[in-house]
Amino acid sequence: MTQALLEAKAVAKHFGGVKALRDVSLSIREGEVYGLIGPNGAGKTTFFNCLTGLYIPDGGGFTFAGQPLRADAPQQAAQRGIARTFQNIRLFGNMTALENVMVGRHVRTKAGVFGAMFQNKATKAEEAAIRQRAMDLLHYVQIEDRADDLAKNLSYGDQRRLEIARALATEPKLLCLDEPAAGMNGTETAELRELIVGIRKDGTTVLLIEHDVKLVMGLCDRVAVLDYGALVIEDVPAVVQKDQRVIEAYLGA
Amino acid sequence: MKNWLTPKSTAGIMLIAVALAALPFVVGMAGQAWVRILNFAILYVFLALGLNIVVGFAGLLDLGYIAFYAVGAYAWALLASPHFGLHWSIWAILPIGASCACIAGIVLGSPTLKLRGDYLAIVTLGFGEIVRIFLNNLNAPFNITNGPQGITLIDPVSFGGFKLSGFTPIFGFPVSGPQKYYFLLVALAILVIIINLRLQHSRIGRAWQAIREDEIAAKAVGIDTRNLKLLAFAMGASFGGIAGGIFAAMQGFVSPESFSLIESVMILAMVVLGGMGHIPGVILGAVLLTILPEALRYGVGPIQKLLFGKQLVDPESLRMLVFGLALVLVMRFKPAGLWPAPERKRELAEGAK
Amino acid sequence: MDIFLQQIINGLVQGSIYALVALGYTMVYGIMGLINFAHGEVVMIGTLVTITVAGSLLKAGMPALLAGLGGLSASVLVCMALGWGLERIAYRPLRNAPRLTPLITAIGMSIILQNLAMMIWGRNYLTFPALLPKIDFEVAGVNFSAIQIIIVLVSATTMGGLLLLVYRTKLGMAMRATAQNPAIASLMGVNINRVIAAAFIIGSALGALAGVMVGSYYEIAHYQMGFMLGLKAFTAAVLGGIGNLAGAMLGGVLLGIIEALGAGYIGDLTGGFLGSHYQDIFAFVVLIIVLMFKPSGLFGEKTGERA
Repeated sequence: MTQALLEAKAVAKHFGGVKALRDVSLSIREGEVYGLIGPNGAGKTTFFNCLTGLYIPDGGGFTFAGQPLRADAPQQAAQRGIARTFQNIRLFGNMTALENVMVGRHVRTKAGVFGAMFQNKATKAEEAAIRQRAMDLLHYVQIEDRADDLAKNLSYGDQRRLEIARALATEPKLLCLDEPAAGMNGTETAELRELIVGIRKDGTTVLLIEHDVKLVMGLCDRVAVLDYGALVIEDVPAVVQKDQRVIEAYLGA
Repeated sequence: MKNWLTPKSTAGIMLIAVALAALPFVVGMAGQAWVRILNFAILYVFLALGLNIVVGFAGLLDLGYIAFYAVGAYAWALLASPHFGLHWSIWAILPIGASCACIAGIVLGSPTLKLRGDYLAIVTLGFGEIVRIFLNNLNAPFNITNGPQGITLIDPVSFGGFKLSGFTPIFGFPVSGPQKYYFLLVALAILVIIINLRLQHSRIGRAWQAIREDEIAAKAVGIDTRNLKLLAFAMGASFGGIAGGIFAAMQGFVSPESFSLIESVMILAMVVLGGMGHIPGVILGAVLLTILPEALRYGVGPIQKLLFGKQLVDPESLRMLVFGLALVLVMRFKPAGLWPAPERKRELAEGAK
Repeated sequence: MDIFLQQIINGLVQGSIYALVALGYTMVYGIMGLINFAHGEVVMIGTLVTITVAGSLLKAGMPALLAGLGGLSASVLVCMALGWGLERIAYRPLRNAPRLTPLITAIGMSIILQNLAMMIWGRNYLTFPALLPKIDFEVAGVNFSAIQIIIVLVSATTMGGLLLLVYRTKLGMAMRATAQNPAIASLMGVNINRVIAAAFIIGSALGALAGVMVGSYYEIAHYQMGFMLGLKAFTAAVLGGIGNLAGAMLGGVLLGIIEALGAGYIGDLTGGFLGSHYQDIFAFVVLIIVLMFKPSGLFGEKTGERA
């Protein structure tokens, strides 16, 4: 059995009286594609936000690559190797596609103000490397011909891809995708699926929140189901698909 | 990137250099007062580009920028005037002034930069007022700032024995104080332009733009938004401090009156009116907003006389009225500023469709 | 103890005025997210109009109370028109402009109004006509004047009326809906333009009332008086949590009291190092401290980040 990359222990979060997460514990193993599904409002995105430091959990916590994760610092999550995309795409709209990915390199590079002012050799070399790496990533997600377009002018599917490229630029160990197939047609979803398979093959663990049950079941090694903020089941797709509670959660009791 | 020094661009740069070198002498023919106004235009270019780092790059609304200018000005005034009997060298004072302003920026910025935009605006505005009130009143029980009277007889900038005040014959040609300051100011302005340009297209500059575009997404890719905002704030403050020092030396006199809120507002207006974040636009904004009120000062009176045969209204308030009107009209018809960055323009054009 | 009570009373009076002005800022901000920098000038014009109108009515032999009412109504009307005009001419065309654009416009309008006022009323301090009887009371060693009592009572009544308007009428409901989400409110049939205009008009009317109060309290007025007053009132609005009506009221009163107490005690507190001319820094120091601990103001809603 491979080692756990991420472990959530009894993560709880409530907003006022609403319990969005009730002691959710799960573990994601290195190298797998892990699906997180559940009906609307089940707490999937809340779980994501807790994991990536946008929300501070009210209870429990995360262990990532053997070390506990600080709850209150989103930038630290990226630093440690957790990258994410957003359900309602959040790109830097007035920057070009290339610049968006270059921003993603921020956390793995270090040129400071003085480097920028004096344009010394190390800074120039680093800048060139950032640009090269960003181009490579655009190529990887197959939108390199849109490199110089403003992000907001990209098509919906290309924006999704760009967001993934930007996340990959941070060299994540764990890539968290929040409903990447939302709003996509059949062809686009098939292409996305290929992309995710490729990312996994290149050694990045993937956590996938998705509504498209077919995509999740076909793609994921293991799946967890959330309902009313609580974990219903965590198992391989074949088992999850047949679980009575899951069927109830999706079809309504 | 390497071959930007084409014959054409070299010729262009030479031409601009010659024009810049000749400018104070051409303007000098109309009187030294105009050279002084020109100097202020360049000083404001410097200030506006400093504020551009804060507002244009990092997207932080700073309405108390003048406070840092004041810190720099008083640092110079106290360390190089008979007030305390100190006459330090520029190489000591400018760094001290810049550091004091920088520290003030960090002290103000670290607790407040997490506030949302408009709250930050009022906090910085309040800070500017606090600084001004202290400058006004720190003459008792110990006389530090000499209160509302301000500090006089401040040393001019001098390099070794070469003073920038008064006439100096150069090649038998008398060069005035303002004309000498002009060259110092142009050098400083070019420096800040280069810094702005280089920062904009750097790792840091991209991170600032990312924060401005979407702070949450910026955090998600690992940008330490708090530290980067603080960095922008502190850098802007340091530039303010340097400008303040030069201002004190050039005027020979400082008083709290020069550092009122309207000054902060003016510098912000230069940045926004010119085209926020776009360096040529900011330069244009600074030059226009310095020259316009002065031109109005000289133009409003005679024009009234010409039209009505006498002074109908106080020229001073008419001049400010026209100025206010100009602000409103520019914003009405050029909401992104007179000379916005190309992508901003595209954005607005698309919005209009 | 006497000084303490006395300063509380003075602060309450000053604070009521701040609160009225702060409401103008907070209503506009709550509905359209704009800092209407020109609001302080609206208040100033309210004071100066009252001086002119009430002054001439007095001269024409009208009794003080009637002249006062005449001045007040004239000033309220002028300011309402001014608020409406500001919104219509300066701000409405900029609804979809970049965020800082309307702010610069507001600053421009503020400069314009100040200089117009200077052209009309001149550079000098003007004396506010004595419209209310000067009666002083002394209770338990604390001095009141009739004017002070009237200021507090009128502000309290007006603010109560405003709360009724906002929470009990259809217009108020439309205003609250627009503040929540203008796009959805307009889908629900709310006329956004009218709501925003109403916020400006009501805010300006409150400002005019505040202007009359400032005039009667300090008995002098000046074309630059709007600036500091506006700044303090805006501070009060932020202190209470901008966009929140009750917050603006409490913030205003609180700021007035803090300033008065601060001015009364700063000398003792700093061993004579800082004197009462530091009064103006209290507003800002308190603001900075409060925002450090409560980034949305004392009564502001917490604006959580949403992913």
